[in-house]
Amino acid sequence: MKELKLMKGNEAVAEAAIRAGCDGYFGYPITPQSEIMEYLMYQDPQKTTGMVVLQAESEVAAINMVYGGASCGKKVMTSSSSPGISLKQEGISYIAGAELPCLIVNIVRGGPGLGTIQPSQSDYFQSTKGGGHGDYRLIVLAPSSVQEMADFAGLGFDLAFKYRNPVLILGDGVIGQMMEKVELDEFKPRWTEEEIRRNTPWSTMGKLNNRERNIITSLDLDSHKQEKHVAHLRDKYLEIEKNEVRYEEFQCEDAEYLIVAYGSSARISQKAVELARAKGIKVGLLRPITLFPFPKKPLLNYVGKIKGILTVEMSLGQMIEDVKLAVECKVKVEHFGRFGGIIPTPDEVVVALEKQIIGG
Amino acid sequence: MTEEIIIAGFGGQGVLSMGKILAYSGIMQNQEVSWMPSYGPEMRGGTANVTVVLSDERISSPIINSYDTAIILNQQSLDKFEATVKPGGLLIYDPNGITHYPSRKDINIYSIEASEEAGKLGLAKVFNMIVLGGFLKLKPLVKPEFIHKGLEKSLPARHHKLIPENEKAIDIGKTLIKAVHLV
Repeated sequence: MKELKLMKGNEAVAEAAIRAGCDGYFGYPITPQSEIMEYLMYQDPQKTTGMVVLQAESEVAAINMVYGGASCGKKVMTSSSSPGISLKQEGISYIAGAELPCLIVNIVRGGPGLGTIQPSQSDYFQSTKGGGHGDYRLIVLAPSSVQEMADFAGLGFDLAFKYRNPVLILGDGVIGQMMEKVELDEFKPRWTEEEIRRNTPWSTMGKLNNRERNIITSLDLDSHKQEKHVAHLRDKYLEIEKNEVRYEEFQCEDAEYLIVAYGSSARISQKAVELARAKGIKVGLLRPITLFPFPKKPLLNYVGKIKGILTVEMSLGQMIEDVKLAVECKVKVEHFGRFGGIIPTPDEVVVALEKQIIGG
Repeated sequence: MTEEIIIAGFGGQGVLSMGKILAYSGIMQNQEVSWMPSYGPEMRGGTANVTVVLSDERISSPIINSYDTAIILNQQSLDKFEATVKPGGLLIYDPNGITHYPSRKDINIYSIEASEEAGKLGLAKVFNMIVLGGFLKLKPLVKPEFIHKGLEKSLPARHHKLIPENEKAIDIGKTLIKAVHLV
Protein backbone atom coordinates (compact mmCIF):
# COMPACT_ATOMS: atom_id res chain seq x y z
CA MET A 1 0.00 0.00 0.00
CA LYS A 2 1.13 3.51 -0.73
CA GLU A 3 2.04 5.84 2.10
CA LEU A 4 -0.90 7.96 3.40
CA LYS A 5 -0.19 11.39 4.80
CA LEU A 6 -2.05 14.53 5.83
CA MET A 7 -0.27 17.33 4.02
CA LYS A 8 -0.61 20.88 2.81
CA GLY A 9 -0.66 21.27 -0.96
CA ASN A 10 2.65 23.12 -0.75
CA GLU A 11 4.26 20.29 1.21
CA ALA A 12 2.78 17.67 -1.12
CA VAL A 13 4.24 19.18 -4.29
CA ALA A 14 7.63 19.50 -2.57
CA GLU A 15 7.66 15.90 -1.31
CA ALA A 16 6.42 14.61 -4.66
CA ALA A 17 9.20 16.50 -6.46
CA ILE A 18 11.83 14.78 -4.32
CA ARG A 19 10.17 11.43 -5.04
CA ALA A 20 10.01 12.18 -8.78
CA GLY A 21 13.79 12.38 -8.89
CA CYS A 22 14.07 16.17 -9.00
CA ASP A 23 17.70 17.34 -9.21
CA GLY A 24 17.31 20.89 -8.02
CA TYR A 25 14.95 23.48 -6.56
CA PHE A 26 15.75 27.19 -6.75
CA GLY A 27 13.37 29.67 -5.16
CA TYR A 28 12.72 32.76 -3.14
CA PRO A 29 10.11 32.87 -0.36
CA ILE A 30 6.70 34.50 -0.76
CA THR A 31 3.31 33.86 0.84
CA PRO A 32 1.25 31.71 0.24
CA GLN A 33 3.80 29.20 -1.09
CA SER A 34 6.75 29.55 1.30
CA GLU A 35 6.11 26.06 2.71
CA ILE A 36 7.44 24.58 -0.54
CA MET A 37 11.02 25.71 0.07
CA GLU A 38 10.61 25.46 3.85
CA TYR A 39 9.59 21.81 3.50
CA LEU A 40 12.43 21.06 1.09
CA MET A 41 15.00 22.74 3.35
CA TYR A 42 13.72 20.77 6.33
CA GLN A 43 13.78 17.45 4.44
CA ASP A 44 17.30 18.27 3.22
CA PRO A 45 17.16 15.85 0.27
CA GLN A 46 20.83 16.59 -0.54
CA LYS A 47 21.59 13.98 2.12
CA THR A 48 19.21 11.34 0.70
CA THR A 49 18.66 11.72 -3.05
CA GLY A 50 21.33 14.36 -3.69
CA MET A 51 18.75 16.96 -4.78
CA VAL A 52 19.95 20.55 -4.42
CA VAL A 53 17.68 23.01 -2.60
CA LEU A 54 18.79 26.60 -2.84
CA GLN A 55 17.34 29.92 -1.74
CA ALA A 56 18.44 32.32 -4.44
CA GLU A 57 19.02 36.04 -3.88
CA SER A 58 15.94 36.89 -5.95
CA GLU A 59 13.25 35.41 -8.17
CA VAL A 60 15.20 36.48 -11.26
CA ALA A 61 18.26 34.60 -10.04
CA ALA A 62 16.14 31.54 -9.21
CA ILE A 63 14.59 31.22 -12.68
CA ASN A 64 17.98 31.68 -14.33
CA MET A 65 19.43 28.93 -12.13
CA VAL A 66 16.57 26.79 -13.45
CA TYR A 67 17.58 27.81 -17.00
CA GLY A 68 21.12 26.69 -16.30
CA GLY A 69 20.16 23.41 -14.66
CA ALA A 70 17.66 22.58 -17.41
CA SER A 71 20.33 23.20 -20.06
CA CYS A 72 22.29 20.35 -18.50
CA GLY A 73 19.33 17.97 -18.75
CA LYS A 74 18.60 18.15 -15.02
CA LYS A 75 15.09 17.90 -13.56
CA VAL A 76 14.88 21.36 -12.02
CA MET A 77 12.07 23.45 -10.60
CA THR A 78 11.15 26.74 -9.01
CA SER A 79 8.07 28.04 -7.25
CA SER A 80 6.63 31.39 -6.30
CA SER A 81 3.41 33.34 -5.99
CA SER A 82 2.03 35.91 -8.41
CA PRO A 83 4.36 38.93 -7.97
CA GLY A 84 7.35 36.58 -7.90
CA ILE A 85 6.14 34.76 -11.01
CA SER A 86 5.92 38.13 -12.78
CA LEU A 87 9.59 38.67 -11.98
CA LYS A 88 10.43 35.28 -13.49
CA GLN A 89 8.69 35.94 -16.82
CA GLU A 90 11.80 36.94 -18.75
CA GLY A 91 13.53 33.71 -17.74
CA ILE A 92 10.44 31.64 -18.55
CA SER A 93 10.28 33.14 -22.05
CA TYR A 94 13.98 32.29 -22.58
CA ILE A 95 13.47 28.74 -21.31
CA ALA A 96 10.46 28.26 -23.61
CA GLY A 97 12.43 29.74 -26.53
CA ALA A 98 15.43 27.51 -25.84
CA GLU A 99 13.04 24.52 -25.55
CA LEU A 100 14.08 23.40 -22.10
CA PRO A 101 12.10 21.28 -19.67
CA CYS A 102 11.40 22.59 -16.17
CA LEU A 103 8.68 22.71 -13.55
CA ILE A 104 7.31 26.01 -12.26
CA VAL A 105 4.75 26.23 -9.43
CA ASN A 106 2.60 29.35 -9.03
CA ILE A 107 0.45 29.47 -5.89
CA VAL A 108 -1.60 32.46 -6.91
CA ARG A 109 -2.49 35.35 -4.61
CA GLY A 110 -4.70 38.35 -5.29
CA GLY A 111 -3.26 41.02 -7.59
CA PRO A 112 -2.47 43.20 -9.42
CA GLY A 113 0.78 44.50 -7.94
CA LEU A 114 1.72 43.17 -4.53
CA GLY A 115 -2.04 42.75 -4.02
CA THR A 116 -2.94 40.52 -1.11
CA ILE A 117 -1.72 37.21 0.26
CA GLN A 118 -5.14 35.55 0.02
CA PRO A 119 -6.12 33.05 -2.72
CA SER A 120 -6.95 34.19 -6.24
CA GLN A 121 -7.02 32.91 -9.82
CA SER A 122 -6.18 36.17 -11.51
CA ASP A 123 -3.02 34.83 -13.19
CA TYR A 124 -4.90 32.75 -15.79
CA PHE A 125 -4.06 35.07 -18.70
CA GLN A 126 -0.42 35.27 -17.63
CA SER A 127 -0.17 31.49 -17.35
CA THR A 128 -1.98 30.44 -20.52
CA LYS A 129 -1.42 33.31 -22.97
CA GLY A 130 2.30 33.82 -22.67
CA GLY A 131 3.24 35.84 -19.63
CA GLY A 132 6.63 36.72 -21.02
CA HIS A 133 7.30 38.00 -24.51
CA GLY A 134 7.19 36.01 -27.72
CA ASP A 135 5.11 33.25 -29.31
CA TYR A 136 5.22 30.53 -26.68
CA ARG A 137 3.01 28.39 -24.52
CA LEU A 138 3.47 26.68 -21.19
CA ILE A 139 1.78 23.41 -20.41
CA VAL A 140 -0.47 24.48 -17.53
CA LEU A 141 -1.75 21.99 -14.97
CA ALA A 142 -4.46 23.14 -12.53
CA PRO A 143 -4.64 20.93 -9.42
CA SER A 144 -7.86 21.04 -7.40
CA SER A 145 -6.73 18.89 -4.49
CA VAL A 146 -3.65 18.21 -2.42
CA GLN A 147 -3.46 14.78 -4.10
CA GLU A 148 -3.19 16.46 -7.49
CA MET A 149 -0.48 18.80 -6.18
CA ALA A 150 1.50 15.62 -5.48
CA ASP A 151 0.54 13.83 -8.70
CA PHE A 152 1.31 16.80 -10.95
CA ALA A 153 4.94 17.11 -9.82
CA GLY A 154 5.80 13.79 -11.47
CA LEU A 155 3.42 14.34 -14.37
CA GLY A 156 4.84 17.85 -14.84
CA PHE A 157 8.40 16.58 -15.17
CA ASP A 158 7.27 13.82 -17.55
CA LEU A 159 5.48 16.29 -19.83
CA ALA A 160 8.29 18.83 -19.60
CA PHE A 161 10.85 16.29 -20.85
CA LYS A 162 8.49 14.71 -23.39
CA TYR A 163 7.95 18.06 -25.12
CA ARG A 164 11.07 19.96 -24.00
CA ASN A 165 8.78 22.65 -22.66
CA PRO A 166 8.28 24.39 -19.30
CA VAL A 167 5.32 23.08 -17.31
CA LEU A 168 3.46 25.33 -14.88
CA ILE A 169 1.44 24.04 -11.95
CA LEU A 170 -1.17 26.75 -11.37
CA GLY A 171 -2.53 26.50 -7.84
CA ASP A 172 -3.80 29.13 -5.47
CA GLY A 173 -3.72 29.91 -1.75
CA VAL A 174 -6.48 27.39 -1.01
CA ILE A 175 -4.71 24.51 -2.74
CA GLY A 176 -1.35 25.46 -1.23
CA GLN A 177 -2.51 25.99 2.34
CA MET A 178 -5.15 23.34 2.91
CA MET A 179 -4.35 19.86 4.17
CA GLU A 180 -5.88 16.71 2.73
CA LYS A 181 -5.12 13.03 2.55
CA VAL A 182 -2.32 12.21 0.10
CA GLU A 183 -1.06 8.93 -1.30
CA LEU A 184 2.57 9.39 -2.25
CA ASP A 185 4.39 7.58 -5.04
CA GLU A 186 7.47 5.50 -4.39
CA PHE A 187 10.85 7.24 -4.65
CA LYS A 188 12.22 7.31 -8.19
CA PRO A 189 16.00 7.65 -8.25
CA ARG A 190 17.47 10.75 -9.89
CA TRP A 191 18.85 10.16 -13.36
CA THR A 192 22.48 9.13 -13.50
CA GLU A 193 24.81 11.04 -15.84
CA GLU A 194 24.50 8.19 -18.30
CA GLU A 195 20.70 8.35 -18.20
CA ILE A 196 20.76 12.12 -18.69
CA ARG A 197 22.96 11.69 -21.79
CA ARG A 198 20.60 9.04 -23.11
CA ASN A 199 17.32 10.86 -22.29
CA THR A 200 18.45 14.36 -23.26
CA PRO A 201 20.79 14.12 -26.26
CA TRP A 202 20.37 17.90 -26.66
CA SER A 203 21.74 18.79 -23.23
CA THR A 204 25.06 20.53 -22.60
CA MET A 205 26.63 17.78 -20.52
CA GLY A 206 30.06 18.12 -22.05
CA LYS A 207 30.86 17.46 -25.72
CA LEU A 208 31.48 13.89 -26.79
CA ASN A 209 33.79 13.15 -29.73
CA ASN A 210 31.11 11.40 -31.78
CA ARG A 211 28.78 14.37 -32.18
CA GLU A 212 28.60 18.09 -32.90
CA ARG A 213 28.48 20.42 -29.91
CA ASN A 214 25.07 21.17 -28.40
CA ILE A 215 24.06 24.80 -28.17
CA ILE A 216 21.33 26.06 -25.84
CA THR A 217 20.07 29.49 -26.82
CA SER A 218 16.91 31.43 -27.45
CA LEU A 219 18.69 33.83 -29.83
CA ASP A 220 18.85 33.63 -33.61
CA LEU A 221 19.72 36.78 -35.51
CA ASP A 222 18.83 35.12 -38.80
CA SER A 223 15.10 35.81 -39.08
CA HIS A 224 14.56 32.98 -41.54
CA LYS A 225 15.98 30.52 -39.06
CA GLN A 226 13.96 32.12 -36.26
CA GLU A 227 10.77 31.79 -38.29
CA LYS A 228 11.51 28.11 -38.81
CA HIS A 229 12.14 27.75 -35.08
CA VAL A 230 8.86 29.43 -34.13
CA ALA A 231 7.00 27.27 -36.67
CA HIS A 232 8.55 24.24 -34.99
CA LEU A 233 7.29 25.55 -31.64
CA ARG A 234 3.81 25.95 -33.17
CA ASP A 235 3.85 22.34 -34.36
CA LYS A 236 4.88 21.23 -30.89
CA TYR A 237 2.03 23.19 -29.28
CA LEU A 238 -0.44 21.64 -31.76
CA GLU A 239 0.91 18.23 -30.82
CA ILE A 240 0.41 19.06 -27.14
CA GLU A 241 -3.16 20.23 -27.87
CA LYS A 242 -3.80 16.93 -29.66
CA ASN A 243 -2.37 14.65 -26.97
CA GLU A 244 -2.50 16.22 -23.57
CA VAL A 245 -5.98 17.66 -22.91
CA ARG A 246 -7.14 16.61 -19.45
CA TYR A 247 -10.46 17.41 -17.79
CA GLU A 248 -13.02 15.94 -15.43
CA GLU A 249 -16.83 15.92 -15.55
CA PHE A 250 -19.13 15.76 -12.54
CA GLN A 251 -22.87 15.06 -12.87
CA CYS A 252 -22.91 16.15 -16.51
CA GLU A 253 -24.87 13.23 -18.05
CA ASP A 254 -28.33 14.81 -17.82
CA ALA A 255 -27.19 18.41 -17.30
CA GLU A 256 -29.22 21.31 -18.67
CA TYR A 257 -26.68 23.79 -17.36
CA LEU A 258 -22.93 23.62 -16.97
CA ILE A 259 -20.48 25.19 -14.56
CA VAL A 260 -16.90 25.42 -15.82
CA ALA A 261 -14.30 25.98 -13.10
CA TYR A 262 -10.74 24.90 -12.33
CA GLY A 263 -8.61 24.54 -9.20
CA SER A 264 -10.21 25.50 -5.89
CA SER A 265 -13.15 27.14 -7.68
CA ALA A 266 -13.97 23.70 -9.09
CA ARG A 267 -14.17 22.28 -5.56
CA ILE A 268 -16.49 25.08 -4.48
CA SER A 269 -18.52 24.62 -7.67
CA GLN A 270 -18.80 20.88 -7.08
CA LYS A 271 -20.48 21.65 -3.76
CA ALA A 272 -22.67 24.21 -5.58
CA VAL A 273 -23.70 21.47 -8.03
CA GLU A 274 -24.71 19.27 -5.09
CA LEU A 275 -26.73 22.13 -3.54
CA ALA A 276 -28.38 23.05 -6.85
CA ARG A 277 -29.22 19.41 -7.64
CA ALA A 278 -30.91 19.18 -4.21
CA LYS A 279 -33.11 22.07 -5.39
CA GLY A 280 -33.94 20.19 -8.60
CA ILE A 281 -31.61 22.14 -10.92
CA LYS A 282 -29.95 19.85 -13.46
CA VAL A 283 -26.44 21.24 -13.48
CA GLY A 284 -23.06 19.60 -14.01
CA LEU A 285 -19.44 20.65 -13.60
CA LEU A 286 -16.69 20.49 -16.20
CA ARG A 287 -13.27 20.98 -14.63
CA PRO A 288 -10.37 21.71 -16.96
CA ILE A 289 -7.28 20.01 -15.51
CA THR A 290 -5.00 21.30 -18.28
CA LEU A 291 -5.57 25.02 -18.92
CA PHE A 292 -3.17 24.80 -21.85
CA PRO A 293 -4.10 22.73 -23.72
CA PHE A 294 -7.67 23.83 -22.95
CA PRO A 295 -10.47 21.22 -23.26
CA LYS A 296 -12.06 22.89 -26.29
CA LYS A 297 -13.64 19.86 -27.96
CA PRO A 298 -15.27 18.45 -24.82
CA LEU A 299 -16.92 21.86 -24.31
CA LEU A 300 -17.97 22.18 -27.95
CA ASN A 301 -19.71 18.82 -27.58
CA TYR A 302 -22.15 20.43 -25.15
CA VAL A 303 -23.45 22.86 -27.76
CA GLY A 304 -27.07 21.92 -28.46
CA LYS A 305 -27.30 19.89 -25.27
CA ILE A 306 -27.23 22.62 -22.63
CA LYS A 307 -28.97 25.96 -22.09
CA GLY A 308 -26.15 27.92 -20.55
CA ILE A 309 -22.69 27.92 -18.96
CA LEU A 310 -21.53 29.69 -15.81
CA THR A 311 -17.77 30.06 -15.41
CA VAL A 312 -16.65 30.40 -11.81
CA GLU A 313 -13.22 31.95 -11.25
CA MET A 314 -11.56 33.94 -8.49
CA SER A 315 -10.92 36.77 -10.93
CA LEU A 316 -12.77 39.34 -13.01
CA GLY A 317 -13.27 36.63 -15.63
CA GLN A 318 -10.30 35.33 -17.62
CA MET A 319 -10.92 31.66 -18.45
CA ILE A 320 -14.40 32.68 -19.67
CA GLU A 321 -12.73 33.86 -22.90
CA ASP A 322 -11.45 30.36 -23.63
CA VAL A 323 -14.86 28.89 -22.78
CA LYS A 324 -16.58 31.29 -25.21
CA LEU A 325 -14.06 30.43 -27.92
CA ALA A 326 -14.50 26.72 -27.25
CA VAL A 327 -18.31 26.82 -27.65
CA GLU A 328 -17.94 29.31 -30.53
CA CYS A 329 -20.34 31.64 -28.67
CA LYS A 330 -23.21 29.30 -29.57
CA VAL A 331 -24.27 28.98 -25.92
CA LYS A 332 -24.84 31.72 -23.39
CA VAL A 333 -21.74 31.99 -21.19
CA GLU A 334 -21.63 34.16 -18.07
CA HIS A 335 -18.92 34.73 -15.48
CA PHE A 336 -19.25 34.68 -11.71
CA GLY A 337 -16.28 35.49 -9.53
CA ARG A 338 -14.96 36.96 -6.35
CA PHE A 339 -11.54 38.54 -6.48
CA GLY A 340 -8.84 40.39 -4.58
CA GLY A 341 -8.36 37.43 -2.26
CA ILE A 342 -12.03 36.72 -1.47
CA ILE A 343 -13.17 33.12 -1.94
CA PRO A 344 -16.74 32.58 -3.20
CA THR A 345 -19.00 30.28 -1.18
CA PRO A 346 -20.97 27.41 -2.76
CA ASP A 347 -24.23 29.27 -1.93
CA GLU A 348 -23.08 32.33 -3.89
CA VAL A 349 -22.37 30.14 -6.91
CA VAL A 350 -25.89 28.68 -6.79
CA VAL A 351 -27.40 32.18 -6.57
CA ALA A 352 -25.30 33.32 -9.56
CA LEU A 353 -26.39 30.26 -11.54
CA GLU A 354 -30.05 30.99 -10.81
CA LYS A 355 -29.82 34.71 -11.55
CA GLN A 356 -27.38 34.89 -14.45
CA ILE A 357 -28.03 31.64 -16.32
CA ILE A 358 -31.42 30.16 -15.41
CA GLY A 359 -33.32 33.41 -14.78
CA GLY A 360 -31.32 35.63 -17.14
CA MET B 1 -21.62 10.58 6.81
CA THR B 2 -20.15 14.03 6.29
CA GLU B 3 -19.35 16.34 9.19
CA GLU B 4 -18.43 19.95 8.50
CA ILE B 5 -16.72 21.64 11.44
CA ILE B 6 -15.36 25.11 12.15
CA ILE B 7 -12.93 25.53 15.04
CA ALA B 8 -12.22 29.15 15.96
CA GLY B 9 -10.44 31.08 18.68
CA PHE B 10 -7.28 33.02 19.45
CA GLY B 11 -3.99 32.22 17.76
CA GLY B 12 -1.93 30.13 20.19
CA GLN B 13 -4.92 28.25 21.65
CA GLY B 14 -4.18 25.23 19.51
CA VAL B 15 -7.10 25.71 17.14
CA LEU B 16 -5.17 24.60 14.06
CA SER B 17 -3.50 21.66 15.81
CA MET B 18 -6.84 20.47 17.22
CA GLY B 19 -8.14 20.41 13.67
CA LYS B 20 -5.03 18.64 12.44
CA ILE B 21 -5.26 15.90 15.08
CA LEU B 22 -8.96 15.41 14.26
CA ALA B 23 -8.21 15.26 10.53
CA TYR B 24 -5.28 12.85 10.93
CA SER B 25 -7.45 10.63 13.15
CA GLY B 26 -10.07 10.62 10.39
CA ILE B 27 -7.46 9.45 7.87
CA MET B 28 -6.39 6.67 10.25
CA GLN B 29 -10.05 5.61 10.34
CA ASN B 30 -10.02 5.51 6.53
CA GLN B 31 -12.14 8.62 6.03
CA GLU B 32 -11.75 11.47 3.56
CA VAL B 33 -10.65 14.71 5.25
CA SER B 34 -9.92 18.33 4.49
CA TRP B 35 -8.33 20.96 6.74
CA MET B 36 -8.51 24.57 5.56
CA PRO B 37 -7.00 27.25 7.81
CA SER B 38 -7.70 30.93 7.77
CA TYR B 39 -4.21 32.01 6.85
CA GLY B 40 -3.19 35.59 6.71
CA PRO B 41 -1.26 38.34 8.42
CA GLU B 42 -2.24 36.81 11.77
CA MET B 43 -0.18 36.38 14.90
CA ARG B 44 -0.34 35.03 18.42
CA GLY B 45 -3.32 36.62 20.16
CA GLY B 46 -5.05 37.34 16.86
CA THR B 47 -7.92 35.21 15.64
CA ALA B 48 -7.41 31.83 14.01
CA ASN B 49 -9.86 29.37 12.57
CA VAL B 50 -9.85 26.14 10.65
CA THR B 51 -12.51 24.29 8.70
CA VAL B 52 -12.32 20.51 9.03
CA VAL B 53 -14.45 18.14 6.97
CA LEU B 54 -14.64 14.43 7.74
CA SER B 55 -16.53 12.27 5.30
CA ASP B 56 -17.06 8.74 4.06
CA GLU B 57 -17.15 10.11 0.52
CA ARG B 58 -14.96 12.34 -1.60
CA ILE B 59 -15.17 15.87 -0.21
CA SER B 60 -16.40 18.51 -2.61
CA SER B 61 -15.60 21.93 -1.17
CA PRO B 62 -13.10 22.55 1.62
CA ILE B 63 -14.60 26.07 1.76
CA ILE B 64 -18.09 26.14 3.25
CA ASN B 65 -20.46 28.73 4.61
CA SER B 66 -22.52 26.69 7.05
CA TYR B 67 -21.37 24.06 9.52
CA ASP B 68 -22.69 21.01 11.35
CA THR B 69 -20.53 21.94 14.32
CA ALA B 70 -18.88 25.14 15.51
CA ILE B 71 -16.25 24.89 18.27
CA ILE B 72 -15.78 28.40 19.59
CA LEU B 73 -13.03 29.58 21.91
CA ASN B 74 -13.38 33.35 22.05
CA GLN B 75 -15.94 36.15 21.79
CA GLN B 76 -14.97 37.36 18.30
CA SER B 77 -15.36 33.86 16.93
CA LEU B 78 -18.72 33.41 18.64
CA ASP B 79 -19.92 36.69 17.13
CA LYS B 80 -18.68 35.62 13.70
CA PHE B 81 -19.71 31.97 13.55
CA GLU B 82 -22.86 31.53 15.67
CA ALA B 83 -25.02 32.43 12.68
CA THR B 84 -23.21 29.93 10.41
CA VAL B 85 -24.27 26.78 12.30
CA LYS B 86 -26.85 24.78 10.32
CA PRO B 87 -30.30 24.63 11.96
CA GLY B 88 -30.28 21.62 14.27
CA GLY B 89 -26.46 21.78 14.35
CA LEU B 90 -24.09 21.94 17.29
CA LEU B 91 -22.30 24.85 18.93
CA ILE B 92 -19.70 24.23 21.64
CA TYR B 93 -18.07 27.15 23.43
CA ASP B 94 -15.70 27.77 26.28
CA PRO B 95 -17.34 30.44 28.50
CA ASN B 96 -13.93 31.84 29.54
CA GLY B 97 -13.94 35.48 28.41
CA ILE B 98 -17.43 35.29 26.91
CA THR B 99 -19.71 38.21 27.77
CA HIS B 100 -22.37 37.92 25.04
CA TYR B 101 -23.68 34.37 25.14
CA PRO B 102 -25.08 32.49 22.15
CA SER B 103 -28.77 33.15 21.69
CA ARG B 104 -29.98 30.90 18.85
CA LYS B 105 -32.87 28.62 19.69
CA ASP B 106 -32.67 26.34 16.64
CA ILE B 107 -29.29 24.74 17.42
CA ASN B 108 -27.88 22.59 20.22
CA ILE B 109 -25.57 24.60 22.44
CA TYR B 110 -23.06 23.16 24.89
CA SER B 111 -20.42 24.82 27.03
CA ILE B 112 -17.11 23.40 28.20
CA GLU B 113 -15.02 25.10 30.88
CA ALA B 114 -11.82 23.80 29.36
CA SER B 115 -9.73 26.88 29.95
CA GLU B 116 -10.50 27.00 33.70
CA GLU B 117 -10.00 23.27 34.16
CA ALA B 118 -6.74 23.26 32.20
CA GLY B 119 -5.45 26.04 34.47
CA LYS B 120 -6.47 24.17 37.62
CA LEU B 121 -4.86 20.92 36.55
CA GLY B 122 -1.74 22.50 35.09
CA LEU B 123 -2.69 21.18 31.65
CA ALA B 124 -2.63 24.49 29.76
CA LYS B 125 -0.71 22.93 26.87
CA VAL B 126 -3.42 20.35 26.20
CA PHE B 127 -6.33 22.76 26.64
CA ASN B 128 -7.33 22.11 23.03
CA MET B 129 -7.51 18.35 23.66
CA ILE B 130 -9.94 18.96 26.55
CA VAL B 131 -12.17 20.80 24.07
CA LEU B 132 -11.76 18.02 21.49
CA GLY B 133 -12.80 15.51 24.17
CA GLY B 134 -16.00 17.46 24.77
CA PHE B 135 -16.79 17.40 21.06
CA LEU B 136 -16.05 13.66 20.75
CA LYS B 137 -18.34 12.93 23.70
CA LEU B 138 -21.23 14.50 21.76
CA LYS B 139 -20.18 13.25 18.31
CA PRO B 140 -17.98 10.17 18.57
CA LEU B 141 -16.99 10.39 14.90
CA VAL B 142 -13.54 8.97 15.46
CA LYS B 143 -12.81 5.98 17.69
CA PRO B 144 -10.25 6.43 20.53
CA GLU B 145 -7.75 4.03 18.93
CA PHE B 146 -7.71 6.16 15.80
CA ILE B 147 -7.32 9.34 17.86
CA HIS B 148 -4.26 7.64 19.36
CA LYS B 149 -2.90 6.96 15.87
CA GLY B 150 -3.82 10.51 14.81
CA LEU B 151 -1.79 11.88 17.73
CA GLU B 152 1.15 9.67 16.77
CA LYS B 153 1.03 10.97 13.21
CA SER B 154 0.48 14.66 14.11
CA LEU B 155 3.07 14.99 16.84
CA PRO B 156 6.78 14.78 16.09
CA ALA B 157 8.40 11.64 17.55
CA ARG B 158 10.19 13.65 20.25
CA HIS B 159 6.77 14.62 21.65
CA HIS B 160 5.27 11.13 21.62
CA LYS B 161 5.86 10.88 25.37
CA LEU B 162 3.12 13.51 25.72
CA ILE B 163 0.45 11.36 24.04
CA PRO B 164 -0.88 9.91 27.34
CA GLU B 165 -1.31 13.46 28.68
CA ASN B 166 -3.24 14.41 25.52
CA GLU B 167 -5.47 11.35 25.86
CA LYS B 168 -6.09 12.13 29.53
CA ALA B 169 -7.14 15.66 28.51
CA ILE B 170 -9.60 14.20 25.98
CA ASP B 171 -11.11 12.03 28.73
CA ILE B 172 -11.38 15.04 31.06
CA GLY B 173 -13.14 16.97 28.29
CA LYS B 174 -15.73 14.23 28.00
CA THR B 175 -16.73 14.82 31.62
CA LEU B 176 -16.79 18.61 31.39
CA ILE B 177 -19.20 19.19 28.51
CA LYS B 178 -22.57 20.63 29.62
CA ALA B 179 -25.79 21.23 27.73
CA VAL B 180 -26.88 24.87 27.69
CA HIS B 181 -29.74 24.73 25.21
CA LEU B 182 -31.16 21.76 23.32
CA VAL B 183 -33.50 21.90 20.36
